[in-house]
Amino acid sequence: MTTSLLSSPRRAASERDGAKPVRRTRAARIALHVFLAGTCLVWIAPLLYAFYTALRPYADTQRLGYVSVGGHYGFGNFTAAWTQAQLPQYFLNSLIITVPALVLTLWLASMVAFVVSRYSFRINVALLMLFTAGNLLPQQALITPLYKLYQLVPLPTWLASSGKLDDSFVGLILVHVAFQTGFCAFVMSNYMRTLPAELGEAAIIDGASSWRYYWQIIMPLCRPVLGALATLEFTWIYNDFFWATVLMQTGANRPITAALNNLSGEFFVNNNLISAAALMVAVPTLVVFFALQKQFVSGLTLGSAKG
Amino acid sequence: MARSSAELDGLSRRSLLRFAALGAGAAGLAPFLAACASGGTTTATDAKTVTFGSNAAVPEPKGAYQSLFAQAKKDIGLGVDVNWVDHNTFQQNISTYLQGNPQDVFNWFAGERMQFFAGQGLLHEVDDVWATIGANYTDAMKAQSKGSDGHYYFVPFDYYPWAVYYSKSLWQAKGYTEPTTWDEFIALAKKMKSDSLIPIAFTDKDGWPAMGTFDYLNMRMNGFDFHINLMRKGDQWNTPQVKAVFDQWAQLLPYYSPGALGLTWQEGAQQLLGQQAGMMVLGLDQIGTIFTGAKAADLGFFAFPEIDPQHGQDSVEAPIDGFMMSASPKNHTGAVKLLQYLGTAKSQQFWLGSNPADIATANGVDTAKYTQAQTASVALIQKAANISQFMDRDTRPDFADPVMIPAIQQFLNNPGDVGSIISSIDKQAKSIWASNG
Amino acid sequence: MTTRQRGRRLSARDRTTLTLMAGVPTILTVALVWLPALASVVLSFASWPGIGGVQNIHWVGLQNYRDIFSIYPPFHPALEHNLLWLVVFFCVPAPLGLFLAVQLDKQIRFSRLYQSVLFMPVVLSLALVGFMTELIFSPTQGLINNLTGHTQGSSVIDWLGNPNLNIWAVLVMACWRQTGYVMIMYLAGLKSVDPSLKEAASLDGASGWQTFRHVVWPALRPINVVVLVITVIESLRAFDIVYVINRGTDGLELLSVLVTDNIIGEASRIGFGSALATILLVISMAFIVPYLVTVFRKDSRT
Repeated sequence: MTTSLLSSPRRAASERDGAKPVRRTRAARIALHVFLAGTCLVWIAPLLYAFYTALRPYADTQRLGYVSVGGHYGFGNFTAAWTQAQLPQYFLNSLIITVPALVLTLWLASMVAFVVSRYSFRINVALLMLFTAGNLLPQQALITPLYKLYQLVPLPTWLASSGKLDDSFVGLILVHVAFQTGFCAFVMSNYMRTLPAELGEAAIIDGASSWRYYWQIIMPLCRPVLGALATLEFTWIYNDFFWATVLMQTGANRPITAALNNLSGEFFVNNNLISAAALMVAVPTLVVFFALQKQFVSGLTLGSAKG
Repeated sequence: MARSSAELDGLSRRSLLRFAALGAGAAGLAPFLAACASGGTTTATDAKTVTFGSNAAVPEPKGAYQSLFAQAKKDIGLGVDVNWVDHNTFQQNISTYLQGNPQDVFNWFAGERMQFFAGQGLLHEVDDVWATIGANYTDAMKAQSKGSDGHYYFVPFDYYPWAVYYSKSLWQAKGYTEPTTWDEFIALAKKMKSDSLIPIAFTDKDGWPAMGTFDYLNMRMNGFDFHINLMRKGDQWNTPQVKAVFDQWAQLLPYYSPGALGLTWQEGAQQLLGQQAGMMVLGLDQIGTIFTGAKAADLGFFAFPEIDPQHGQDSVEAPIDGFMMSASPKNHTGAVKLLQYLGTAKSQQFWLGSNPADIATANGVDTAKYTQAQTASVALIQKAANISQFMDRDTRPDFADPVMIPAIQQFLNNPGDVGSIISSIDKQAKSIWASNG
Repeated sequence: MTTRQRGRRLSARDRTTLTLMAGVPTILTVALVWLPALASVVLSFASWPGIGGVQNIHWVGLQNYRDIFSIYPPFHPALEHNLLWLVVFFCVPAPLGLFLAVQLDKQIRFSRLYQSVLFMPVVLSLALVGFMTELIFSPTQGLINNLTGHTQGSSVIDWLGNPNLNIWAVLVMACWRQTGYVMIMYLAGLKSVDPSLKEAASLDGASGWQTFRHVVWPALRPINVVVLVITVIESLRAFDIVYVINRGTDGLELLSVLVTDNIIGEASRIGFGSALATILLVISMAFIVPYLVTVFRKDSRT
């Protein structure tokens, strides 16, 4: 069933209904828009306020207070943060960590989810519990043994200049993958369960291998959930600085979130400058959200197997 | 960068399969990229270079260190390869840092905070450094640089005093004079209150600033020895002496900033700068960053008032920052040479430059270049018979923040509860000191 | 779900494929998550500064647990705050997120714009959210007290320092973030609701509420499990906002903060911190496992 086929009955239905329901629908729509716009305004206000503050020099807000108008406005904090915190270098570090970690997480999680949701192995529930519960563990509780473990695992120096899993990009990527796979596997397995069982029967009749069943039949139907998860996981991995600060001792290799800390000294903190930097740091996550939004907004392809 | 953003676009536009294939490519690429990127910081192995772990990634001290190390290259022909880390991260991860691949020399603090790590075997003694620089330092400084085994582990660099700060112009306008005793202090606070000022800017959202007031009260009432024993041994918390300190403290609470527990020290300092508040107990290192430029000359201070004449004002809280050597430095000879260089008045003065918030630890600094506040700080410290570091430097790190910050905040909320608060501190202290390490 | 493939019908090659597909992620998770977690549970019976090798570990039995329950003042407030967090997250962001998702799932204009704005708090970093909290709630500099004239003398409302008040200020910010998170999960879930069912219902003259109640809600069951789990996880792991405000003291104690205080930091009490982490883990499990077991059991029977 295609998009147009799906949406046509709806249009036809509202045309068939009398004038009254249409008016009521229109009023309801307007009320809905007013509500949503109002909520959005409340939601975005803190961000706008932070942006407003970031436009002002620290000296002015100290003199006039934060709730004030006047003084200078400009992008001075943004340019200062960009150069002082060496943001470009740290953006690169963040990409080196986030992109492979994200892709590996989704890939591994989708395979686990596929196995536990599309087959009835006896071990499935236990497996899913293992992954879901793993996600419940507080990171802080794992860090000491993990650090000791990372000290023990050697890596060739072409892979990590430290010669160990500790203080290496590989180590950071792996810990993100291990920690995030649980949640993704859990969400995806729940999602895959909702896909019709007939898909599997069709695959068997066609003599498709398990791999083809996974890769060519199930995965394309998972776009909405992959989109949602990719957005969330990108955000989490990108915004993490807990693993990064403990498992990466070389300051210059830390991700961008750690670089934000480079703007605050032992005692003195210029919040306006940090706000400007933090706003710039948030840009990639917003870009990813916009880019992936389509994946879960255009979920209508779901009907494909039901026509 | 370009490659990666192209991949991100790919996520949205291309088919899922393509997206996954690209991703797998990226995953394969990661180690390669990692290898490239980590080339940025090389591990120095040649004798001409010393590695340095710095907690000063923020531009202000970073610049000063960069020019100091450039100067060191000229003076002693030694290159310094620095791993810049921000202050809080460096501090929090010090123990994992020292167990991993630490640099040869690194920033740290004097006091129990240094001795703790010396005791764990994570440091290299620096006796040979002191053989050269010993003459540059006072005995008080030497005492602050030794571990409990008698070896030197620390080279002091800069320090700053804690005192009661005020705005000179405000005091002039109102005709206030510096109090020296507790009664004068309280009378002044009362007067300020009737002048509709906040008598004492006191803010403790950060948790640590209140420790300074405790330290001074304890040293003034019970003496330096009691204070330092309390900090080091942790076995005297549930005593009438400590209870008296908190009860004395309770007398000050009516004069503190409203909403003190919701305000950062910077907001408190702002009350002082804006002349809404009359005084503030703080360190020069902090207040000096608020009273800058034209306001720098307006910053005055006096020693925390006398409470018991037996102890007078004989102790000053003056935290010392400096350097230590990691347990197995790659270039030991170079590290010793660098520390010897850093332990001189010349290098310290060079680093201080125009920084008005710290003073040099070595003797022989040209004090003519100091600001009024710096000169007064030197005088204050030289008068003192004892120097304390600060609660979080004088006591065990696993006790200071986790136990004392909540306990003091609880006291500020319920000053009538002192009995149960000190009993709880005492139990926790005993459990922590009884555990190994 | 009745016709899901049975294991015995699989070829040897498929079996190998499936074993690898589930096995590789399992090995990674076990090695990097479960082994360290088990080590933590073991360490909770020890006293260890985390420095040096295992020879520095002293076994102290249940001492850490005894200390936590008897002489560790922040423990009880932390427990209460985590439970309060859980209750609030169930009562506010979960239903609100669902409501917003259902509205945004209708084919309305500006839907993507609304979604973006509502989701935005989720992507912002710790530093920024902390600063925003400060901007809004600071007693003297904050937006609320300035707009309502509570910045002077005894009229100051101490949103961040008053231990009875500050948890609510923090919860406002936490809900602000959580709602977008829940919304996005429900949005993804709503896409799996067969649109023809909704069409059929509206053709039958069902109201919006009826359609939701009888068509959409039952179909959302798998996502409800997800939302339940993330609500529990997020409320028990809640950490960052309180940590930026005052490191989780003075009315903002949380279990995760206590774990951090004792494990991460200049000097660690690994054993004590691990014991706190183990308690946190047990509480999480107590909420999640019974629910998951019933859900999965029901599922495999149908």
